[in-house]
Order: sequence, then structure tokens, then C-alpha cells
Amino acid sequence: MKNYIATICLVLMGLFSSAQTGDVLIKNGTVITITDGVKEDTDVLIRNGKIKQIGEGLSVGEDVKVIDANGMYVMPGIIDAHSHAGIDVVNEATAPVTAEVFVGDAINPYSVSIYRALAGGVTVSHAMHGSANAIGGQCETMKHHYGEEDPTTYQMKDAPRTIKFALGENPMRVHGEGNGIQPKTRMGIEQVFRKAFAEGREYQHAWKKYNSGNTDIAPEYNLRKQTLADILNGDIIIHCHSYRADEILMLMDVLEDYGVNQICFQHVNEGFKVAPELAEFGATASVFADWWAYKFEVYYSTAYNAAILTKNGVVTSINSDSGELIRHLYHEAGKTQKYGDLTDNEALRLITLNPAIQLGINDRVGSLEVGKDGDVAVFKNHPLSIYAVPQYTIVDGIVRFDINKDPADMRLDINPDETFPAFHELDAHDEHRCMEGVYEFLFHQH
Amino acid sequence: MRIHSILYTLVFVFSVSMLYSQQVTKSEKGNFLLKNGTLVTVTNGTFKSDLLLEDGKIAQIGENISAGNGVTVVDCSDKFVYPGFIDGGTQLGLQEIGAVSLTVDHNEIGDFIPHMEALTAVNPNGVAIPVTRVNGITSAIVKPTGGRFPGTAALINLHGYTPQQMFAGYKAVVMNYPSSGKRGRRDRRSEEDIKKDSEKARKELNESWKKVKLYSKIDAASKSSNQKKSGYNPSMDAMIDVVNGDKQIMIEVNKKADIEAAIKWVQENELNAVLTGVKEGYRVADQLAEAGIPVIVGPVMSIPSRQSDKYDIAYANPGLMAKAGVKVALRTDSYENVRNLPYEAGFAATYGMGTEEALKAITINTAEIFGIADQLGSLDIGKQANVFVSDGDPFETRTDIYHLFIGGYKVPLESRHTLLYDEFLNRDPGVEKK
Repeated sequence: MKNYIATICLVLMGLFSSAQTGDVLIKNGTVITITDGVKEDTDVLIRNGKIKQIGEGLSVGEDVKVIDANGMYVMPGIIDAHSHAGIDVVNEATAPVTAEVFVGDAINPYSVSIYRALAGGVTVSHAMHGSANAIGGQCETMKHHYGEEDPTTYQMKDAPRTIKFALGENPMRVHGEGNGIQPKTRMGIEQVFRKAFAEGREYQHAWKKYNSGNTDIAPEYNLRKQTLADILNGDIIIHCHSYRADEILMLMDVLEDYGVNQICFQHVNEGFKVAPELAEFGATASVFADWWAYKFEVYYSTAYNAAILTKNGVVTSINSDSGELIRHLYHEAGKTQKYGDLTDNEALRLITLNPAIQLGINDRVGSLEVGKDGDVAVFKNHPLSIYAVPQYTIVDGIVRFDINKDPADMRLDINPDETFPAFHELDAHDEHRCMEGVYEFLFHQH
Repeated sequence: MRIHSILYTLVFVFSVSMLYSQQVTKSEKGNFLLKNGTLVTVTNGTFKSDLLLEDGKIAQIGENISAGNGVTVVDCSDKFVYPGFIDGGTQLGLQEIGAVSLTVDHNEIGDFIPHMEALTAVNPNGVAIPVTRVNGITSAIVKPTGGRFPGTAALINLHGYTPQQMFAGYKAVVMNYPSSGKRGRRDRRSEEDIKKDSEKARKELNESWKKVKLYSKIDAASKSSNQKKSGYNPSMDAMIDVVNGDKQIMIEVNKKADIEAAIKWVQENELNAVLTGVKEGYRVADQLAEAGIPVIVGPVMSIPSRQSDKYDIAYANPGLMAKAGVKVALRTDSYENVRNLPYEAGFAATYGMGTEEALKAITINTAEIFGIADQLGSLDIGKQANVFVSDGDPFETRTDIYHLFIGGYKVPLESRHTLLYDEFLNRDPGVEKK
């Protein structure tokens, strides 16, 4: 009987944990494919959540929703390679290495920030652990299925695993200054990585020895070490919070020693200084369009960073790391035309195909191609223009944002006794969540 | 051999001087004739014309102006000429690096310190200043932050070697109106506690205002009877012109209920006020318009203040107020990215304000609110030569700026950001040297 119930539960969970997919025909738009040029007066047909056809004069039965995109621009759904939207906690700031924790355990499907991202044309975001630890938690590549109430439906199925690393001031401040333990300097940070990788390798060898029958005693299971071993196996893509050129070079050296090559440097404000080294290593870069000067390690920055990296052959994306910026990544990408004269396609790649490459999901999303996921953003005016306004955002063939149906009140369940939810006096940088949770942690320590 | 060494010396001297000139490009003082540009005057329409900048002023507008002696001609065919943009609220020059508190000069200790002068702490060589002006921003309010009366804000031009050279003729006392909102994500106070705190703060404000009024009465009386006032009261002295309505007061206030209370407070005290922030201004736009109180709004690119609000309400707020008849100016409320002011205006334009009105919100409206519209804010004869030349709509990110003038100076379009680009785009050595 017990088994019977468990089976039913599993079946039900299976039913609920897959997000809906849908059918939609987007008619007569200017289709920006990213990989195959710009096509005027072209239709995009999505069937069962996948792009089935791109062409002129496509027709469907009455059962399929049709969006008239005449005079509008149709582009791949925007991808944000660095976000904290839709998660309840950001930092497990209790040790310099916390590889075992997983952001996917903290997804909040009711977070309005996901809807706001959709309203900016963003269909996929990389929900990241914060930057308090040299090796932070594992991250989740999230599809913006806003409206679904089961948090597991947000995880992008079959997306590669990713993990957050962090260099520089943040781990130094939290652990060295805050708790008097390594790392307090960039020297210490290097050794945190070397020690962690050495432990991961030892653990790997211990299991190998056991599995090959050389010993009868299994090693003690340790999720932290297992995760480190998975990194060494190439099963997890590293996304590393970084700013200064020297620390970027340091981590590439460490990774080279351990034969790890899948790395995306995040923020990487001084990436422009070591762009040839990044290109040679095959590292990618995910940057802010123009953030700088908010702390010392970003003082020697340039808004031309994305352009220098791109022109040196580094696969580069522009990210938000902010519940505010995520709403206008198309505008952030446009800034690379001001700072470095990138072409329209180069600029749009920074928020579509390139972040998809960095997350290992470019076979699924990042361009409008037959067979890819039906993730599409429809804009009035060119998406790189300041006058661009997102009209529809479609995820797996389902319209998740429609400007004509945007509710004036976002509350799902309105309490008649409550006039308004609390008013927050926030400033722009309050939305920068990389260090969220750390201040509380430090406070409790002292 | 000797010829070689002379040659080497020459090459060396030449390349050193080249290097030098590359590193230090100074502003050029002079008179400039901007030929054949499309003038976007803001106040008198847009048309093709020449524009003469003489002695730091806009001297002539018209066709076929001839260049007199010593006038540098700047070809502006296929280009647009705009008045320099004005940011209505920043910490530019008052802060160098956000997280390094000893480089932060806008938040002095004290709750009633209106005599703290932002102008005093402006670093004319702040790295963010050239970064800002290369995007067409030529003036900005520099503003203290902190307690109830954190100090006195000033308008500066973004060129000069001393704060006094930069000062653009306007100051205002800053006040943060008692807020009945949450301070932010980390504010754990209950709704009841917040209400209590804000009521207490309003009471304290009214009490200190009584003292301020009494002080200014005593001051007036002692002046009219030629008696010397006793004691050293710089904070009270700083308020006298505000009480008299001779000096503007900049009141930061954001929540609907607080804006309504602030309007009432301004009217009761008959103050010359401008409200800043004004995030929920759209909810009380008619009241603001009726009261005739102007506003400085921003950043436009903000998330809604309430979880329930429409995603784009902050984008739409300036336009909704302008439509109701409120005089609206914009601000970035930033120090390092004041350069984004044209894009802030662009978002306001896109979400209901319209390009023309949004342009006014970073030029003439700002100047009018500050009472310096005879000096700044449009291309009109007699105004200060704060002008830039672009190849298109400056709200668009693809638009480039070609020339920039502040006062009598043609300012080089260089900043740390452009210099790093020049140095690192094609780095040499690349990776071949290990």
C-alpha cells in the first residue's frame, strides 16, 4: 500500500514538475535570428515549445495562437548569465568553500522579479550563488515559467551544472577581515582553490580505488568533495566572480594545473587588460555594460570592456546581477555601440547566443533556428534603440509576458484590508545582491 | 653615425612629445563657430544654422555667420548641436569609490547640518567627471546625503580646476522629508513601528522648524535694529534664506502619503521648494500640479517601490507627472554613472513623456527650476556656451558625440574609459611574450 501511494506521488510529481509547452505563430515580423541574419516580413512558428519553422506566409489551424508582429522585431529570448532574481537566499557565507549547496533549493516561483525580467524580454537567467566564498554554491539555469507554482518547473531541463567561484575583495572581506581566516589576500584565495582541488582529486582517487576493487572500504561520502571532483571531471562549468587582471590570470593558472577548462569569468572588469590570455585559454567573459567605481577593484574600469573582449575573440556576454538591470539588458547591450562601435548583431549576441554558450545551452537557446526552444522576445522598435519596448515574451511556446495584458496590480491574492504592499525606499545599488546575506552573517559573528 | 644619432635624438624627442600629447590633452580656450549644424535649441525649435560661441557665451545664431579673427571653425554638417545636459541630482565629485568610505564626502555626521557645503568637497579632478561629460552632460547638482538636513547642494559645470571655477550659480538646502516607507530590504521594522517613527520624525521636524522661524525673526529684528546677533549658529544661519523663501529647498520625498504631507508642509511654510525623488508622484500628480511645485525625478530606471506595482511604473512616472502639468526635471542620483542621464531621459521619453518633453527635463526645465534659465538649458543668445555636437539623437546608444564645449572651452572627449580602450584594444605584447 505504501509503495502504491509513493508511486502515485511520483507520477503526480512528474506531471506537475514539467512546465507547459505551447504553440504560437508570430507573423510578419522583422526576425533577428542572430545566426542567420535579419529576415523581413517573416513568420516564426513554435509547435510544442520548439521552433518548427521560420519562413514567409506560414499558416496554422485556428487552435494556434497568432501574434501579429507587423512592424515589430522578433528576436531570441534574452539570456542573463548572472542573476539573483527569483531566489530567496544568495550566500551561504559560512566557509570559504561551500560547493555542496545548490541555489535550485531556494527558488521562489512567486518572485515578481521573474515577471519583471520577462517584461524586459528575458526568458532564461542564471540564478547564481553570491560572491562571499572563493568556491560558492552551485547555480541554477532557470527558464522564466512565471505563473507556474512548482519551483522545480523553473529549472531548465538538461542544462549543464554550473558553480559560483569568487575572487578578490568579497571573499577577502567576508572570511579574512570578517572571521580572521584565510583568505584575507589574493595569495590566500589562490591557496583556497589549490587546497580544494587537491582534496577533490584525493576524493576522486579514493573512489576510483574502491570502484576498481582495490579496497573493500568505501570512502566516506562527502558532497562538498564530490562536487569538487565533478568540477575536475569537467561536469560543471565554473562561473567566477572576478575583477582584477592578476586574479584572473591566477585562476587560469590553477585551472591549467588541474586540467579544467570550462570557465566563464563574471563581471571581469579588468578582463580587457588580459583579453589575449582569456582568448588563448578559451575562457569566456560575462560583464556589466558600464558599472564601475563602486569599490576599489573596479576603479580602473572601462565601459569599452565588452568591445575590447569581443574584438580580441573572447566570447562575451552582458549580464545584470540586478533585479533592475535585468529588465533592460537590450539597452545594456546597446551601450556597446556607444563604447566600442559593435555591430547590431555583435551587440545582440552579447545577450543571446554568447550567454547561451557560457551556460552550455547554445544547442537549445540563444538564436532563432528550427529545432531550438520556442523562446522569443517581440519588440516595438529595434531592441538596441532607446525607444524599444518589449511587447511579448514567449518561453517554450507559452506567452509569459503580453504588454496588452500586463496587470496594473501584481498581487496574486489581494487582501481587502491591505491598501498597498509596503513602500520601499530603495536606491539603485540596493538591487545588487551578490553580497546579500553577508552583512547579517558578519553581524552575528561579532 | 652622427647623422644617425641626430636622427635618433629627433625621433626620440618627437615620440616623447607625441606620447606626452597623447596623455595630456588640455581643454582649448577660444571662440568657436559651429558651421552648418542642425540646432536643437529646446526653446525655439530645431533648424539648420550656424552658432557662434564667443567669450564663453552663445553670441550669435544664424545662417552664414562669418568667422572673425581667431575664431576656430568647427564643421557641423550632418551633425546636431544640443545644449549641454543638466543632471538634477548627483554625488559627482563628492565620491570617488563607493565602498571606500574615506573617499565618500557627501554624508557628514549630524541630522541638522544645512551649513555643510557640497561645493566645498567637490573634487574637480574626480575621475568620474570626464567620464560623465563625454556623454554630453555639462552641469550637475552635487548633493549631500544623510539625515534630515544633510547640507547645501550646488550646481556645477563639469569643467574647471577649483570648485569655485565650476560653480554654476545655484545652491539649495537639502532636506529629507520624514519617510513612512521601509528603508529597504533589510528594514525589519513592523508597519506599526514605521508609522510611529515617521510620526515622531514629523513632530521633531515641526519643532525644529519653529526654532528656525524664530531664529530668522530674531535675525531680521537684530538686522533692522543694527544689533549684533550673539553666538555662533552656522546651521541656523544657513536656514534664514530658506525660511524667507529666498533660497530653494530640495525636499527628498517618495511615498504618496509623504508627498501629500510634504506639499502641505511647503504650503504652510510658504517655501520655495522643489521635490526630489518623487517615486509615487504619478499617484498625486494633480495635487503637485495644483500646488505648482516642480519635481526632480530619478533614476528613471528603477524597480517599482512596491511589489504590486506595474513593472514599468518608474519609467512612466516622469511622463505621467508632466502630462498632469507638473514641471519635471530628471536626475541619475549617481556619481559614477551620471553619464547615463541621456538614457534615463530616453526611457522616460519612451514610456510616455515623449522625446521633446524628456529633452526639456534635462535642459531647460532643470534650469528654470533653479532660476538660472538665463544662463543654461537651451541654445539661446547670451546663454553660457555649454554645448555639444552629436551625429544623432543623444538618447540613442549608437549616437556619438564629436565636440563638447563648456564655458569658453572646447573640452577633449577623453576619460579614463576612452584612454584604457586606446591602450588595451590591441595590446602589445599580446600573448606571444610569456
